[in-house]
Amino acid sequence: MATQAPVTAEIAQTAPRRLVLEVLHDWVTTVDHKKIGLMYIGYALIFLVIAGFEALLMRVQLAIPNNHFVSPQVFNQLFTMHGTTMVFFVGMPILFGFGNYLIPLMIGARDMAFPRLNAFSFWISAFGGLLLYFSYLGGSGLYGAGGAPDIGWWAYAPLALKAFSPGHSSDYWTLSILLSGIGTIGTALNIVATTICMRCPGMKLSRMPLLVWLYLVMSCLVFVTISPLTAAQIMLMLDRYVGSHFFDTQAGGSAVLWMHFFWIFGHPEVYVLVLPAFAFANEIIPVFSRKAIFGYPAMVAASVGIGFISLSVWAHHMFTIGMTSGANTFFVLATMAISVPTGIKIFNWLATLWGGKIHFTAAMMFAIGFLFQFLIAGLTGIMLSVAPFDWQLGGSYFVVAHFHYVLVGAILFMLFSAFYYWYPKMSGRMLSEKLGKWHFWIFLIGFHLTFDFMHIPGLEGMPRRIYTYEADRGWMLWNIIVSSGAIFQTIGTLLFVYNMVWSYFKGPVAGPDPWDAWTLEWSTASPPPAYNFAVTPAVASRRPLWDLKHPDDPDSHYE
Amino acid sequence: MSEAATVPQNTNAAWELPSRGIVGMACLIVAESAIFIIFIVAYLYYLGRSLNGPTPSVLELPIFTSICLLSSSATVHFAVSALHHGKRSLCSLLLATTVLLGGTFLAGTALEWYKLITVDHLTIQTNLFGTTYYSLVGLHATHVIIGLFMLSLALFFSLTGSLTSKHIGRLEVLSLYWHFVDAIWVVVFTVVYVLGR
Amino acid sequence: MTRQIWSGIDAQVPSGLGSGSTSIFSPAGTPAHSIFGLSMLVLSITGAIFIVVGGLLLYALLRYRHRAGDANALQEPPQIYGSNQIELSWTVIPILIVVMLFLATARIILATQDAPKPANALDVTVIGHQFWWEYRYPKLGIVTANELHIPVSEAKHPTPTYLTMSSADTDHSFWVPRLAGKMDLIPNRVNTMWLDPEAPGLYLGQCAQYCGTQHAKMLLRVYADTPAQFAAWAAHQQQPAVEDSSAAEGRNVFQHTACISCHAVAGTVATGTFGPDLTHVASRDTIASGAVPLTQANLRAFVDNPAQFKPGALMPAMHLNDHDLDAVTAYLLTLK
Repeated sequence: MATQAPVTAEIAQTAPRRLVLEVLHDWVTTVDHKKIGLMYIGYALIFLVIAGFEALLMRVQLAIPNNHFVSPQVFNQLFTMHGTTMVFFVGMPILFGFGNYLIPLMIGARDMAFPRLNAFSFWISAFGGLLLYFSYLGGSGLYGAGGAPDIGWWAYAPLALKAFSPGHSSDYWTLSILLSGIGTIGTALNIVATTICMRCPGMKLSRMPLLVWLYLVMSCLVFVTISPLTAAQIMLMLDRYVGSHFFDTQAGGSAVLWMHFFWIFGHPEVYVLVLPAFAFANEIIPVFSRKAIFGYPAMVAASVGIGFISLSVWAHHMFTIGMTSGANTFFVLATMAISVPTGIKIFNWLATLWGGKIHFTAAMMFAIGFLFQFLIAGLTGIMLSVAPFDWQLGGSYFVVAHFHYVLVGAILFMLFSAFYYWYPKMSGRMLSEKLGKWHFWIFLIGFHLTFDFMHIPGLEGMPRRIYTYEADRGWMLWNIIVSSGAIFQTIGTLLFVYNMVWSYFKGPVAGPDPWDAWTLEWSTASPPPAYNFAVTPAVASRRPLWDLKHPDDPDSHYE
Repeated sequence: MSEAATVPQNTNAAWELPSRGIVGMACLIVAESAIFIIFIVAYLYYLGRSLNGPTPSVLELPIFTSICLLSSSATVHFAVSALHHGKRSLCSLLLATTVLLGGTFLAGTALEWYKLITVDHLTIQTNLFGTTYYSLVGLHATHVIIGLFMLSLALFFSLTGSLTSKHIGRLEVLSLYWHFVDAIWVVVFTVVYVLGR
Repeated sequence: MTRQIWSGIDAQVPSGLGSGSTSIFSPAGTPAHSIFGLSMLVLSITGAIFIVVGGLLLYALLRYRHRAGDANALQEPPQIYGSNQIELSWTVIPILIVVMLFLATARIILATQDAPKPANALDVTVIGHQFWWEYRYPKLGIVTANELHIPVSEAKHPTPTYLTMSSADTDHSFWVPRLAGKMDLIPNRVNTMWLDPEAPGLYLGQCAQYCGTQHAKMLLRVYADTPAQFAAWAAHQQQPAVEDSSAAEGRNVFQHTACISCHAVAGTVATGTFGPDLTHVASRDTIASGAVPLTQANLRAFVDNPAQFKPGALMPAMHLNDHDLDAVTAYLLTLK
């Protein structure tokens, strides 16, 4: 309502300051999707810093051949913890955090479908992360060889079985992911139920913001992605503790079966991670091009198509295990096929920019970085989909460069963009654009120094997961360059954290709609009141606020 | 812009969306089915590959317990429709029958396992067949136990008169879960006791 | 750190141990060559796509940027919601590219994986261990470790080597980039691959599937020998261990301590199979699966405590006194 902002401001001024304990109690017991979303995001940012530090240590060790900065045992723990943390305790929580915060606001709902399940999912996932890191302190084993897990984030059998990984370090890996998997399924369930059952009047599925569509597809994917991992984890625990033989090659079990189960999870998982990045791009790029997204129906179809095809490509992670030529050929085709809907999305973003009026805000700059970098990542993915090429490049630093290009160059860049775009809504303050641009350029330089040059050692035969390398291979120069980029990325990230903290207290007041945007979250105060909307809105098109601002030319005429 | 744009409110048209509980339970069913499928794949993959030890020929068709479990789907269905029609004591009776039938199934499974362990010397550690058999049937039994717990709760509320027409939706959601448990048993029965033996 | 960098650059590479190149772009065998050819096709296609799409993106960013000074700066641009023809074309063209790339790829897969095995191929069985390679030549009666000798294969009369591979413990992967793509060694599974080096020389590689603590030092050394060299090598390897009387004391220590429970020396009581076969260990250029060159000092240090070179290797420190250590080292050096 027109008087919404001043009334809440009055109330805020006269409300007494609350005790720390009261505030803490409020946050710990909250079932409000916005607070839970912020907790997910805050939690993920802490783990981002920790896992980033683990990466820094690895890069110091690898800068020169036969280095002795960390021992092989510690290095193997570092790459295991870095990968596991980044996927399960940074990527998943931060993306679910944004989804949690934004989805009810974007569909005009008051909260998620199951608020208590929402809180439970957060806390069980959070516990999982703490359990994983407790392994540094608590894990024990033969000859003190315990501590943090060191089996790689895929925990290939039989390396993960008791015979080759005595002690408890591997159990921390298994249990922490099992628990966070339960949280993930819970949140995905919440997203699907909310999206299907709680849209405001007039918001047919074909009028939902694309962000909501993508989170819907991603959540459906979660049900068939995380569950195979859960099943495999249960089997691994049974093998390690009850003496079963799921992956026990001595009893006739199959190491390859673990690979299939893991990658049936592992491949769609990367789409679970990337679809929300697409979701952010679909909202941010149109607003800063001042044009509607080009080809909304095709974007929906492409997203659903990507979801389905992603379930059929998993064994491209297994091209080197000796599958038959028929199997290899099938997975080559399926993997190449997924490039078609993915390409369509890139072209649609390009067409959205085309003919628009592009504003280079910090959010938009990160989105543009995403576009170029995702294009490159997709192309190196096509290279890897060519199985014979993968017979050379698989298991090498070329693959590490490829997937970091997607995870950092596409997903993290789009996350930064999302932060600059929605921080004003979440906190009521604008982030500093100037600091944002410094963040962008410094991080961009660091990203390209590290991950562009990382492709080269792979082409020169450097495998992954090695704590050091031989001096005569000619890999040192590239490794030094790769390691140097990490410093820039660290500085950029620290600038970003500083920006968020400083702006919370000193940033200019944002108001409800600082970007002149078009979806429902911008129709309520910044930050939104606990109930989101005083009155449930009703919509007649995909961009309800555009229709209000342009009554002579509303979207509803064209849909 | 200093003010939020005001979005018009809906005044008349009916806007009906599916029930949250049913959608949520459907999602859970999809996720759980995926878990079961992986265990079934492991079972099928390892059929005939045990290096030694008992084979599926030691299994006997659990006809009686399966009939009990599948009938319990019917009884819970009728319990929901009894509540629909306000027949609370009939609902209690049907819920109690469901719990009884489910409990019989569990007891039957326990007896079957007792025989396999003591007579045929088959445990989860024995060989690949033991591993995949006990884990698959055990996973299903765990879901039965959880379902029975929830059904007993519903029965308790029904007996104390707390279960009213307001709770029809929730009872429907619970019965959907129970139907899923039974459907999984149909698959497990077919794979383990029919195809596999 | 700086000194380490410089000494890294001046790495001591004893002569005759190979140039160190493991680039996939300098193929020296048929599988590597066909992958190289395919990779050139893929790189050109993806390169072209990058230039076209990236170029259009760059152009759009420059041409359509918002300029505050513009006459209609405050107006929203025309809203375009889609175009069926454009969307159809950028669906169909990628599909055509995918089909073409797929067919080219399928051809190479079949040619490499399903190639028929010539009758004169050399058979070698490769077993992966944590953290060393076991090589057996079943038709020649040879068992050796860590340094693989195979014959050069000429285009006119090809003599490829067929590797039959498995693992005794965890997963490993055999990757010598200049000769072929990699193939995994998986317990309870048999994989095969073939090599046909076109020129004599030493080809390097290493294990490419994380297998535990010393994965990084499970190095590969493939010696492509001329036919004469290979025949001589094989004949030598078929002999039982050299009996040098000057090393009797060391042999005694070796045969009466735990050494024989893991290692084998043909023609003696040592028949262990858990560790590398040592019958002709002194004929090799390196020890510890390529980790360090074979010298008296390195060998002595390794036997004393393997963790000096490979912390986490499964061979325990033998805790021999200095005298016994010298004797055993001298004995091992006689096993040429």
